[in-house]
Parts: sequence; C-alpha cells; structure tokens
Amino acid sequence: MANQSTRSHQPTGPSLRSDPDALGHFGEYGGRFVPETLMRALEELTSQFLRARHDPEFLAENGALLRHYSGRPTPLFFARRLTERCGGARIYLKREDLNHTGAHKINNAIGQILLARRMGKHRIIAETGAGQHGVATATVCALMGLQCVVYMGSEDMRRQELNVFRMRLLGAEVRAVGAGSRTLKDAINEALRDWVTNVESTYYLLGSALGPHPYPLIVREFQSIIGRETRGQIMEAEGKLPDALVACVGGGSNAIGLFHEFLDEPGIRMVGVEAGGMGPALGQHASRFDGGRVGVLQGTRSFILQDGQGQIASTHSISAGLDYAAVGPEHALLHDLGRVEYARAGDDEAIEAFQLLSRLEGIIPALESAHAVAHTLKMAPSMSAREILIVNLSGRGDKDVQTVADRLAADPIAGAF
Amino acid sequence: MPGTAARLARVEGQRPNGLIPFITAGDPDLETTGELILALDRAGAAVLELGVPFSDPMADGPVIQRASERALKNRVSVSDCLALAGQARRECSLPIVLFSYLNPLLSFGLERLAEEMSESRIEGLLVTDLTPEESGAVTPAFRARGIDVIFLAAPTSTDDRLELISRAASGFIYAVSRTGVTGVQENLSEAARQLAGRIRRFSSLPVAVGFGVSRPEQVREVWQFADAAVVGSALVREIEQRRGQADLVKRVTDFFRWLKEGSEG
Repeated sequence: MANQSTRSHQPTGPSLRSDPDALGHFGEYGGRFVPETLMRALEELTSQFLRARHDPEFLAENGALLRHYSGRPTPLFFARRLTERCGGARIYLKREDLNHTGAHKINNAIGQILLARRMGKHRIIAETGAGQHGVATATVCALMGLQCVVYMGSEDMRRQELNVFRMRLLGAEVRAVGAGSRTLKDAINEALRDWVTNVESTYYLLGSALGPHPYPLIVREFQSIIGRETRGQIMEAEGKLPDALVACVGGGSNAIGLFHEFLDEPGIRMVGVEAGGMGPALGQHASRFDGGRVGVLQGTRSFILQDGQGQIASTHSISAGLDYAAVGPEHALLHDLGRVEYARAGDDEAIEAFQLLSRLEGIIPALESAHAVAHTLKMAPSMSAREILIVNLSGRGDKDVQTVADRLAADPIAGAF
Repeated sequence: MPGTAARLARVEGQRPNGLIPFITAGDPDLETTGELILALDRAGAAVLELGVPFSDPMADGPVIQRASERALKNRVSVSDCLALAGQARRECSLPIVLFSYLNPLLSFGLERLAEEMSESRIEGLLVTDLTPEESGAVTPAFRARGIDVIFLAAPTSTDDRLELISRAASGFIYAVSRTGVTGVQENLSEAARQLAGRIRRFSSLPVAVGFGVSRPEQVREVWQFADAAVVGSALVREIEQRRGQADLVKRVTDFFRWLKEGSEG
C-alpha cells in the first residue's frame, strides 16, 4: 500500500535488523490502517518512542525494572534429557517462562508502561488472548498505580480462567468481549473502539508485534532483549552461535524478540511455528502463512486468514495465544525474503510436547511454547550432535493445566502417553 | 462539479440543508435495502452512504456492528452491494457512496471495484481504515474514473493532517463529530463546530458532519456550520427495530423525513 517514495526498507540491503520506514512499512507490509481519530495518537506515540529508545534515563529505568522486578536475565538452559531423546542437535531453552508473571509479555509491558507514564496517560487499556499480556499489563499498572482495563474474548476467558482471576486480583477490570469468535481478534477490535473513544486520556498497551505503526516496532524493540541475552549466554556456554532458533508465532512477539538479534547471521536457521490446530481446513487452524492471503486487519497489512470475500475467517488453536487471524507484519516480510521459515504444529502435537517437556525436564511449558517444542521434536533429530538449537520457551504452562487435563480426560489414548 | 460535491455544494443565498442517510447493504435484506434507497431519495436525501459489510468493523459501535452481522448472515458480498447500488442508480439520481473497510475491497480487487463502480455510476467511496498516507495505491484507480474518494477528519486531526486530508480528498470531507465509534448521542460536541471551521481553512470541499446525529435539533445545529449531516446509527436502529414488519420502509423513511423536515422548519 506504500507509495514508492515512502519505501525505505531495502530487503536486499545490508541489514535485516533495520527499522521500518517512517510510516511503519516492512517492505510492503505494516503501515497504519486506522480511523483518522487515532492518527495523532499514533504519531505522538511514535515520536515519544523514538526519543525514549535513546534516552539514557529511560533505558536505565527500563533496565532496572527488567532486572529487579522481572528477574532478568532469564537463564539459557541446556535440556540434556530432551537432547538425548531427540538424538540430534544440542537443545537449549531460553527460559522466558521464568520472568515475573510467567511469560515474555512482561518485557514489553514494562517498556510501554514507562512510555505511557512519560506521555502523562493515567488510563491503560490492553487486549489479551491467553491472558499473559493482560496479566503483564495489569501487573505493571499495579506497580505504577495506573488504572487498567483489559479486553478479553469470552471464549478465551473460559479457556484461561486462572489468568482472568490473576488480572482481577491485580486490580484490573477485565471486560468480556462476546462478538465474533470471542477470541483475541475480537478483543483487539474492542480495545481499538475504546481507544478511539478515549484517545485523549488513554494509552493502548498493545501486546504483540502487530497492529498499526509504531506498535510492531515498539514491541520488537522491547522484546529483542531475549535475543541479546541469548547471544551472550550461548557464547559463554558453547563458545559459538547457535545453528537454529525456534519460536512459536501468534502475533509474533516472542519470535521476533529472539530472532531480531540474529537476523544478519546468515548461518542461523530460524523457524516460526504457527498453530496447526485441528487440521488444514479454513477455520480449523491459525496458520496464516499456510492458507492466508495478504490483506489489512486491525491497522496493519500482512498475511490474514480470510474467506474469498475478504471477511476475516474464524481460527482455532488449543492455545489462546496463537489463535489469531493475522500475523505481525515484520514476519510477513521475513517470510517473503525466505529469512525465516514458518512451520505448523497441531493441537495434538502441542499437547504431546507439553507432557514430554514436563516429564523430561521438569518444565511445564505454556501451550503456545509447546508448539515450538513440538517442532523441535521434529527438527532436532535431523541435525548433528555438534549443532545447537535454541527454543524460546516463551511462557510457563500453569495457566494451561486445566485445559490439558480436560483434553486428556476426554482422550484416553493421549492420556496414556 | 461532479457527483457528491455538486449535491452538497452551498447555493448562494440559501442555507445548507444536506442530510445523508447511512444504511448497511443487506440489512435486513438486499431487496429491502433497494426499496429504502429509492424511498430515501424521494424523502430528500442529498447523498446515500451504503455500508458494505465487514466482519471486523473496528470503528463502528454496536448498532452498526449488528447491522453488518445481519448482512453477513445474508452472505452479502461486495458484488451484491455493487449490483444493488447499480440498480438503484438506474432508478433514481441519488448519488451513492460505498462505505466500508479496506480488506473486503482489496479482496475484490481495487481496479475491478473502480471499473464496476464507474459502470454502475456509483459516485464515491469512503474507507474507514484508509488514511491519506496509505491511499497512494488506492485512490488513482477511482480518481481516474471520476469517483470521489472521501476521507474522514477528526477532532484529533492536527492542522498538518487536515492539510494532508484536504489534498487527498474529493467529493466532500466527512468530519467526525467527536472521538469515538459510530453511535447515537444526545449532544453534538462543540468539537464538531471547531473542526468544520478548521477544515474550511484547508479545503473548499463541502463538509459533512457525522457520528451521533439522531435528532432534528442536532441536524439544525450541524447546518449552522457545515453543509450536511450524516445520520447513521439512529437510522440503522430504526431498521433493526422494524425488522420483520411490513411497513419497515415507510417507518424508516418517516424517521428520516422527521429528521429532515423537523430541521428545516
């Protein structure tokens, strides 16, 4: 959609780590497709962010919170028994599940709440799918003493009851969204409607690398600490860079957070794992690169699951955090460039990986992260024992225990695993 | 001056009196929408905004969301909307503006859309989630065929943005009366008056004010500082409440007449 004159991103240029152009285009993707009412707020947010990212005071406060509040750096853990089981690459887990609140989402929430405070906003709104971003937002709002409203699809509230309770405990108001498929997409619509209405007083703390510019850039920036830490940690542990990186992709924030640091290292293979759900039919999965088409949804141009009329398709995944019809625009560019491969793991594979990691390593992963583990089980055996594969363990699975228990009770064969 | 602008242009010595109804194509069904268009033309509509339904109308409040849902349940497509508008244009001279979100239009194909709109003599297009910045690849196909591309201006738009909007716009400029989604409200904000005044500094196009207009006194208020008022949610709510009733078209048209004539009186 960009004019030629606004395209500054050079896919063939020297770095894949550069910023999008001034209007937020990653190649032909991204941009700002929003009602005019939001444009000034997006422009202000962009200029505030561009100043803050180089402001030593901002960076010092952000760094201190990441360290003393969230507990960073998170460990890079060698998964010995998983490695033995796979019989191939040496598998490391980047333990984002050990962050305060239990997932990588807090990295972005801390950065953005500091931005909101700089901008003098007292009311914070957020959308959430699995509830991890909602919990992270409610957490930082409690920390800063700011009002917090979280929109969540009523189907997701059912799936992630524990996180709903956590958010309320943290003082947030959780508003159920009963429209559409009652999942993340519908929660984003409702958050955008709130923002359009209360734009003067309200900061929209968006949780994934999607939506209108500057959100994909902001979220990437605040999540890219995952990859920066990983580089130092793997050099210390192995004396060399990894051969492969694997992360699950819903909107794509934990994946871009791990990948960004390494995009200019041509020897490192990267795989983003989408939700294969129950099968390849439209409506049964959330694999945007395998069944989606380029379109515009919720402020950004990217790959979108839609029907032949351009109506947004319903999606399915056992993990609420991957259950979304669009993918972050930078992933769309990385897909087209062939820099990142995108694979899929289905509900059953994720459940199996969820149990396997629990038993082999004593780590219960989030169902989202279990998709990345599931792909690792397929990929690692084909690699040599000298090679290194790093999986981003984006969150912990406490929130999913009930979902998995129900599933195993209903399916005795899987339960006997 | 072609199309929508001519219908809304100020006439020397006369007070503005444009009233623009918004209805969603296929709500409650395509046949009724067709009858409504003709009836609204007879009732004195200046221009008609025809909503092309989208599954994720993020700028719309609950009333128009429900209208989109009803239309999508009827499987109303962009093609259906074009056929409906084309048929109406053969039977009356009311200028029609298609009102939608970008994704269904992209899916249909912009070049094809422009071509078919031109063949059906549909005068304008307003895409809620299209800003001037992203319009460079969209507008040429329509402008080349004399189709107006209408943009929103909001109370939050800076002067720089109003200038940008004015440069990109044709037909008229749709001034959003307040921050918020579409919907009915009791009082039009002073923000609408100020915005209309600011737009005039950058554009000579007619200004239509929408979002929240539901009563004759509001229409009269808008006519003091703008060329036309848009009535959307209030009209769509009438359609919703009269669903299944034999006199739906008459009742909805009566409501529109009450708004228009009550304001002129």
